[in-house]
Amino acid sequence: MLTILFDGFAYGMLLFILACGLAVTLGLMNFINLAHGAFAMAGGYLTVVLMNRYGVSFYLCLPAAFLVTALAGAVLERTLYVHLYDRNHLDQVLFSIGLVFMAVAAIDFVAGSQQQIIQLPASLRGRFEFFGVSVGVYRLFIIVICGLLTLALQLVSSRTRFGSQLRAAVDDPSVARGLGIRVSAIFAVTFAVGSGLAGLGGALGAEILGLDPTFPLKFMIYFLIVVAVGGTTTITGPFIASIILGVADVAGKYYLPDFGAFVIYTLMVAILIVRPEGLFARSAAR
Amino acid sequence: MSGEAKPSTLEAARASLMRSAALKPFEYLVWLPLPLLIFLFPSKAFLLNEIAILALFAVSLDLILGFAGIVSLGHAAFFGAGAYTAGILAANGFGAPLLGLAAGGAAAALLGFATSFFILRGSDLTRLMITLGLQLILLELANRFSGLTGGTDGLYGMTVDPIAGLFSFDLTGQTAWFYSLTVLFAAFLFARRLVHSPFGRSLKAVKGNRRRAAFLGIDTNRRLVAIYTVSAGLAGLAGVLLAQTTQFVSLDVLDFHRSAEVLLVLVIGGTGYLYGGIFGAVIFKLMQDWLSGMTPQYWQFWIGLLLVAIVLVGRERMTGGLGRLAAFLPGRPARRAAKAPAAGGEDAP
Amino acid sequence: MTPVLETIDLSRRFGGLTATDHVSFSLERGARHALIGPNGAGKTTFINLLTGALRPSGGQIRLAGEDVTRLAPDRRVKRGLSRTFQINQLFPEMTPLQALALAAAEARGTGAAWFSSIAADEPALARAAELLDRFGLAEFMDEPTSRLPYGRQRLLEIALSLAGHPEVLLLDEPAAGVPEEERADILKIVAALPEEVTILLIEHDMDLVFSFAERITVMVNGAIFAAGTPAEIEADRRVREVYLGEGGDE
Repeated sequence: MLTILFDGFAYGMLLFILACGLAVTLGLMNFINLAHGAFAMAGGYLTVVLMNRYGVSFYLCLPAAFLVTALAGAVLERTLYVHLYDRNHLDQVLFSIGLVFMAVAAIDFVAGSQQQIIQLPASLRGRFEFFGVSVGVYRLFIIVICGLLTLALQLVSSRTRFGSQLRAAVDDPSVARGLGIRVSAIFAVTFAVGSGLAGLGGALGAEILGLDPTFPLKFMIYFLIVVAVGGTTTITGPFIASIILGVADVAGKYYLPDFGAFVIYTLMVAILIVRPEGLFARSAAR
Repeated sequence: MSGEAKPSTLEAARASLMRSAALKPFEYLVWLPLPLLIFLFPSKAFLLNEIAILALFAVSLDLILGFAGIVSLGHAAFFGAGAYTAGILAANGFGAPLLGLAAGGAAAALLGFATSFFILRGSDLTRLMITLGLQLILLELANRFSGLTGGTDGLYGMTVDPIAGLFSFDLTGQTAWFYSLTVLFAAFLFARRLVHSPFGRSLKAVKGNRRRAAFLGIDTNRRLVAIYTVSAGLAGLAGVLLAQTTQFVSLDVLDFHRSAEVLLVLVIGGTGYLYGGIFGAVIFKLMQDWLSGMTPQYWQFWIGLLLVAIVLVGRERMTGGLGRLAAFLPGRPARRAAKAPAAGGEDAP
Repeated sequence: MTPVLETIDLSRRFGGLTATDHVSFSLERGARHALIGPNGAGKTTFINLLTGALRPSGGQIRLAGEDVTRLAPDRRVKRGLSRTFQINQLFPEMTPLQALALAAAEARGTGAAWFSSIAADEPALARAAELLDRFGLAEFMDEPTSRLPYGRQRLLEIALSLAGHPEVLLLDEPAAGVPEEERADILKIVAALPEEVTILLIEHDMDLVFSFAERITVMVNGAIFAAGTPAEIEADRRVREVYLGEGGDE
């Protein structure tokens, strides 16, 4: 029971790192980016290639995955996404689904459709008992890394000048612009960081989530759940939503294996029916 | 109340409204040659049948997207509901095609009605998530109750009776084509009538400015529930057609791809004037036939590229050619009016 | 005689802010009433409460003697309470003719018909044509609304709200944003509104207010500050102070 909670927690943390970039994109530019998972997939495949083909250490692959996908995110943001901020949601959905389809087919073409396996370093394998809870070392590692990142994000957002500008821009872009905040520059940076975090999450999650070309489609719904349920106005909302989702998914698959993902979909739909703006939205603020 | 209209104004107004609802010569040009296609391309009967089914599916989506402004990522839920209803009936000895149509359409409409209440509130994102989520729930259920649906193996053992006891579904696919085309035609006439009725016009008002629509005395929620139900029912009919003409149903009918694909089809053809679904289905299927002939595995890449290109170039411009033709069609202003800020939106004061 | 529209102790709070503060207000049938007040006085909130766009925190709204406090906006419209918006709320893609015909059909209860043609709804068509003529929109009847000049859009805004023969019409700053040269048209239309329609005008333009209103209510900080005939209001020193204090808002 506690093991499930622990695994679910690790899973939830991972989801948060994967999805937080999407929350910012949506909150800041009201942009529905269904292709967010493609960045995660890119990070995962980069790790696979670096490790399996070039023998690079897993620990080095993680920052590499972050940097490369962040860079890719920045380039795509400046060249493609920037044209779509003032379009309607239908256009954004179509555009980002298109990107997903292209990414899926391209990866399939380059790497084949099979599951990719990465060999974790020996130091991260195994489990140990801790007060009767069976703790996977790698899951603990994920919790620590993601925990630190979450803390860092929280600090950046609450303590730094950039963070306060970001929050102002999320709150009301036009007012922020009026205050002389360079919203588009902020957005480029956050988009890149968000993509980078997704890439890092993809690298971290390759072992747990599985990695094949359909990754962006399979996990798109998870990311969207985090955002839709958690809202986009805070970091805490998506964080809590991620943890709930992680625990519910792991528990659901353990206790009701026949129903697959049925549990979380039902949970999500139920939450959205009761609270259409998400669990943590300020009621009727917008 | 003071005054009456000048006779000239009244006449002009009447003429204008009649004109916009009247059948255009162009519409005959679309429909009349269709039944003949089978004789021109006898070997392509199955492709033609798929086009008709996809067209019906896209037209059903247009009713909610193009006329009521509801963005859905889960329209395949209704397609799948129709397909499974007809499939399960036919696999259990109730193979009469028209019975399957009625039951599948009704089941999908019922599902649409029941879920329509969930899409009334919230943002576009909420609607996307709820529609997508409901479809995924349905997919999980179909997978779970494999005794009924065949699960991942698909539903085998369907026997579909000859239509009205006369025309059996043969291997040439001719019967299938005429059957699907007839259903498409009937459903299209129904939808066309609907969008030109006061009800249909009021949907466009709800889409254009929901708040103002309410202040004209329109019960906007009720209208949206109604059109969502109708749209679901028509999508269900499309699903039934696929099940009956291929005599097979698999989980694929509830797949996310199907919802995304129909969205693409409609976008290729253009939204909000009904014929977009038909044009889009023709173009999409021909392209798929051609491209997947070259690279079957990576067909998806080209869909993706097309989507990105359509959006970047601008949906209006991309479908401009069709749109110009459509200017002769009913219900669509000659040129899509630019978004004028002064004309207001849904933002609060 | 019961007032056609009446509020009793109506309040609305947003968090700690009281936007409408125990307002008891009534409109006599056929009245030409103006509601004025400095910016942020809560006029728009009050209108939104009357029409049902907002739910009150407390109090009651009565329309022709019946409690409508909990009714949805479209229900109130059906009972004869119509409004215009300070910022145009139109249908950008529809033509004035389509929008007016729809509004008229809706008011007749034929708006939900599935299979009839709107062109065959003779009374709705006549009403739409009449309004097109009366508001000088006939020559624009087939133009998409978004391409009309702003002043014409403003007129369409009023025409739409009249299509259903309302008993009470709330005009929320009808002249707002209209360029000087098109202003006269708006004033003329407002002055010529049918007598039997009860009108509550919310306006900043004091020329318009004083030429139009038979009674004026002044709202400050969400509460009724003063009420009376135009002459009384003009003579009221406190009212002047409120306006001067605001920095001479007209």
